[in-house]
Amino acid sequence: MLKRLLLASLLALAGSACTDQRSHTQAVYMLVDTSGTYAQEVGKAQVIINYLLGTLQPGDSLAVARVKSRSFSEKDIIAKVTFDNRPSQANAQKRAFKDKIDAFVKTAGGSAYTDITGGLIQGGMFLNETGAGTRTILIFSDMQEELDKATIRDIPIDLKNIRVVALNVVKLKTDNVDPRRYTGRLEAWQKRVEGAGASEWRVINDIERLDSMLGRG
Amino acid sequence: MTSNQFWMIWPDNPMASALILFAIAMPFLYAARKLVHELFRSIGQAIGGPMRLGARWLFAAARDMKERNKAVLLAHGREEVGQEIEREFERVGALVTRDLEGYPALQRKLLDEITRVEEDYKKCGEVPPPPPDWVEAVTAISKVKSDTNEMVQRILEEIKRSVHSIHDKALSEYRRAYDSRHKILNGFMPFWRSLDKTLGQVDKKLTGLQDTSGKIDALMDKYEQINKKTDKAEHALAVSAATQFAVSALVLLIAAGGALINFKLIALPMSEMVGAGDYLAGSLRTSEVAALVIIFVEATMGLFLMEALRITHLFPRIANLNEQMRRRVLWIALTLLVTLAGIEAALALMRDMLIADKQALLQSLASAQQAVPADPLLARIPTAGQMLLGFILPFALAFVAVPLESFVYSARTVGGATLVMLVRVTGFVLRVLGNLVRSLCKVLTTLYDVLIVLPLLAERLVLAARSDEGARESRPMKKAA
Repeated sequence: MLKRLLLASLLALAGSACTDQRSHTQAVYMLVDTSGTYAQEVGKAQVIINYLLGTLQPGDSLAVARVKSRSFSEKDIIAKVTFDNRPSQANAQKRAFKDKIDAFVKTAGGSAYTDITGGLIQGGMFLNETGAGTRTILIFSDMQEELDKATIRDIPIDLKNIRVVALNVVKLKTDNVDPRRYTGRLEAWQKRVEGAGASEWRVINDIERLDSMLGRG
Repeated sequence: MTSNQFWMIWPDNPMASALILFAIAMPFLYAARKLVHELFRSIGQAIGGPMRLGARWLFAAARDMKERNKAVLLAHGREEVGQEIEREFERVGALVTRDLEGYPALQRKLLDEITRVEEDYKKCGEVPPPPPDWVEAVTAISKVKSDTNEMVQRILEEIKRSVHSIHDKALSEYRRAYDSRHKILNGFMPFWRSLDKTLGQVDKKLTGLQDTSGKIDALMDKYEQINKKTDKAEHALAVSAATQFAVSALVLLIAAGGALINFKLIALPMSEMVGAGDYLAGSLRTSEVAALVIIFVEATMGLFLMEALRITHLFPRIANLNEQMRRRVLWIALTLLVTLAGIEAALALMRDMLIADKQALLQSLASAQQAVPADPLLARIPTAGQMLLGFILPFALAFVAVPLESFVYSARTVGGATLVMLVRVTGFVLRVLGNLVRSLCKVLTTLYDVLIVLPLLAERLVLAARSDEGARESRPMKKAA
């Protein structure tokens, strides 16, 4: 009897050792545009970040980076974290993350140019490092890229298995004159992102729709 | 001509073409008649035969299974009734030990009381001594004539006075004696009552014993019926098993509800212990599996506890352990169960803390005005309730062993009966299909003959003509003879 029990326990242990190799974690990289007049929208970005902090689970990763004249740099990452597997520790990390974001919002200033591509490359690299099962780049911007002459960004980028979501894409004055500029800009980005291997391209202007998108499959 | 019109002898007239083709094919069909008949018969036998054979085999298997089910059911019933009889005898033993153990004292008391009552009765029967003999002398004197003699009158006067005084004395003595007898009779009452009470007790105990022996008689009858393997006993046991199956299934469902609540209580805090981000398979979190394992271990410990207490008999090995070892198993199972219950209570507390922490975080993220903290006493009530629930549920789960045992044993009977029914239905369907196939082949044979009816008619005519010729030839031969 004891031998049988021992055997059953060993089998159960062996079964538990065969863990699911697929990663169920999520990694989110959020780019916040701080260039020009869009810097005023940073308060909305804070709301989205808070929403993400409330939604993401232990084991998930989150990074927030700013988009400025040249964004392909680790220095532009305002805060990044991979939440601990223990819920209590994860909550503490979220509080610390929130404090960093609050501090950033208070000091956020505008920049002359907008390097979205640099931020995308940086975000792609960060997400690939996390090894998360679901990888998302959120771009909180008007999607109007403006580069100085020295900055080279017309290069192929790698966004394989990453979904890219443009958030709060406000219309510019010129878009109001000719709406085709707005749709053309978004189509150009879609083409570029999908060309880079992204699994999905979406534009979300209503934060509540993020809920269905970030829900676990 | 299209590809599907190649067979048409008469282009664009399929009916005529078909008729011509049929007319051409008819001699061949007639020639192949025997072969085709044989073919149909063979097909019928090839398909219908195995089906009928299968049906027969299934019916035989169903019979065997029914016999086996009956044997198992009766064996189980015999065991159960045997245990019941054993228990009733134990009860009788306990009753005899408890009640009739004091019977000698009771009897002694009864005899004492009866002796005392008898003595008192005898005392009541004692009468005062009869009047002395001189009464007769007085009677004789009273007959003496005293009308004339003064002397005699005086003597008689004296005697009268003496008699009066003696009469008064005797009367008072009688009264005193009756008074004392009345007192004795009054003193009877408590003894009578005590006697009545004692006899009532004896009667009650003997009635209880009689009831129990009546139960034993009924059980013995049942046992005999089972031993005789009567259909009545089988039917009664099968009905009892079906009822047990339904009741135990219902109780197990309720227990499953309890286990679900238990799971909800400990799944979240388990993620604090084993991590929330690990998955075993698909969307199955390791923490959830760990919580389930804890619940199953609790149920298992409960099962062992019930086995060690000899309430259930799922594991004969535990039931057959010697007393010392059985007690050890009992204490080990109980200790583990208490430990697990303690862990659950702690996990329930942790769950409450985690939820409160998460709620506080969400409030701070929503940057809404902080809610006014609730009364600490009110906040503690759900926490205490959860902890209590976490502690009690493992013990409640332990009792699942009892309905589980009933479920397992009755499932054998109910499952067996269902299987027999399924096998019988399958056998019946196979038999019907087999017969259908054979009948269909016969119908096809007849249909084939209907198709070649013209050659068959010709054959009949030819045969008739031949037989006529044969008859004509045989008649002249007979005449010649």
